[in-house]
Amino acid sequence: MPEEKIVDARDTFCPGPLMELISFMKRAEIGDQLELLSTDEGSANDVPEWISKVGHELVSNEKIDDVWHIKVRKAK
Amino acid sequence: MKILFVGGGMGGTIAANNVARRLSKEIRSGKVEITMLSATDQHWYQPGLLYVAFGKMALTDICRDQSSLLEPGIKFFVDPVEEFELKQNQVRTKAGVVHSYDMLVIATGCEAVYDEVPGLKESSETPYTRDGAVAMFKKLRDFEGGKVAVVVGVPHKCPIAPIEITFMLHEFFEKRGIRDKVQLQYTYPIARIHNIENIAKWAIPEFERMEVDYETFFNMKEVDVDNKIVHSEEGTEKEFDLLVTVPPHRGLQVIEDNNLGEAGWIPTDRYSLMMNDQDNVFALGDTTNLPISKTGSTAHFESEVIGENIASLYRTGTATREYDGKVYCFIEADRGRATNACFNYIDPPEIKAPTKSMHMLKMSYNQWYWSSARGLL
Ligand SMILES: Cc1cc2nc3c(=O)[nH]c(=O)nc-3n(C[C@H](O)[C@H](O)[C@H](O)COP(=O)(O)OP(=O)(O)OC[C@H]3O[C@@H](n4cnc5c(N)ncnc54)[C@H](O)[C@@H]3O)c2cc1C
Repeated sequence: MPEEKIVDARDTFCPGPLMELISFMKRAEIGDQLELLSTDEGSANDVPEWISKVGHELVSNEKIDDVWHIKVRKAK
Repeated sequence: MKILFVGGGMGGTIAANNVARRLSKEIRSGKVEITMLSATDQHWYQPGLLYVAFGKMALTDICRDQSSLLEPGIKFFVDPVEEFELKQNQVRTKAGVVHSYDMLVIATGCEAVYDEVPGLKESSETPYTRDGAVAMFKKLRDFEGGKVAVVVGVPHKCPIAPIEITFMLHEFFEKRGIRDKVQLQYTYPIARIHNIENIAKWAIPEFERMEVDYETFFNMKEVDVDNKIVHSEEGTEKEFDLLVTVPPHRGLQVIEDNNLGEAGWIPTDRYSLMMNDQDNVFALGDTTNLPISKTGSTAHFESEVIGENIASLYRTGTATREYDGKVYCFIEADRGRATNACFNYIDPPEIKAPTKSMHMLKMSYNQWYWSSARGLL
């Protein structure tokens, strides 16, 4: 069964949301989905850019009350 | 009350000493008992490994007997925990001894793992292990020139190290008079050259001055050992004559085997530092799953919170402090200079121009650390 996880990377500067996502992807199985919560302006762009570079899937990317909710799925 | 510390590294030691001093009377009268279990009788000051790798310190400079660092009331055993039986409030050790507790603090750290990147171990140098730091110095000393690549695994402890290693490589080769024969290449896993934006902004002009090439979005996939090429997950590659790595890390296997946390990272509340779903278990330092820097300074500031809270829980039944995410890092630069970064969950660091006095302060801290571990600083 694919897993769905939330990683709360709000209000933290280091290692930051994308590093958290990379760590998650290394451990995840194909099909697993992650919702990354971030207050870091840059991650709204950096995360989708990395996802497309390595060939995973961006499910959604929306800002709700100053928090980005970025959903991604491990595709390979 | 029985308080048990598992792990005698930076976090476990500072926290245990903190509690022992706060509750010294109660320990003397036998009302409180503090026990520490660790995997070794030695205490390693890991930040010193960076200096060992550049020939500036020896391994003997960065190690002390663990028992010499502990407050007299702490019972210390070298007997690693193999089973955590949280429901029974007890742990079972390698020697088969069962230790029960009223409060447990887990500070087992994390360790470099190479199995995720085929070819990395046999082809790279690293300051992240004791053998690695000694071997790295020998390689650097004998290096005659060529392509040097710095590659960074995720996650890793000491997030400042990739930047510091690069400055130190530049300075080392400059001092040896072969900098013009060395092509220094830095890579980093995310979109900028450091995850902290202000550090990245500060470091870019410094890297340009030192003629360090850099590539972002570079996550190691595998190393072609024969042809000396690192391939990235992003589809790019780096050729090297000398490969220096900050390896990927994991929490300890014993944490994962006991189902305390995936990949050895213990789910922890970022303010109370209590393990999730537990009311008498704290997690501390590198082993937490908190999205914050895995550094000794983090472990130190967390220890102060845990020390105060354990004492107040004992006395009043209530915790008094929350951890605010404070981290303080020195950042070694070149030419005998350093700067620093201080931040918490809310405020990012402001990075000032490096100075010689900040470098001297870091060199002094490398000696003072032992007082800091004892809780005197
Ligand atoms: C090259 C390098 C440079 C660094 N530079 C800096 C720096 O400049 N500034 C900074 O703040 N930090 C730095 N760090 C990071 C810092 O050393 C760590 O973040 C810090 O040691 C974490 O403390 P800890 O107590 O969580 O873990 P550790 O200090 O690693 O301690 C873990 C302890 O757990 C024990 N243990 C393991 N298994 C068991 C078991 N089963 N049962 C009982 N005990 C067990 C071990 O023996 C050890 O005593 C650096 C690290 C490295 C490698």
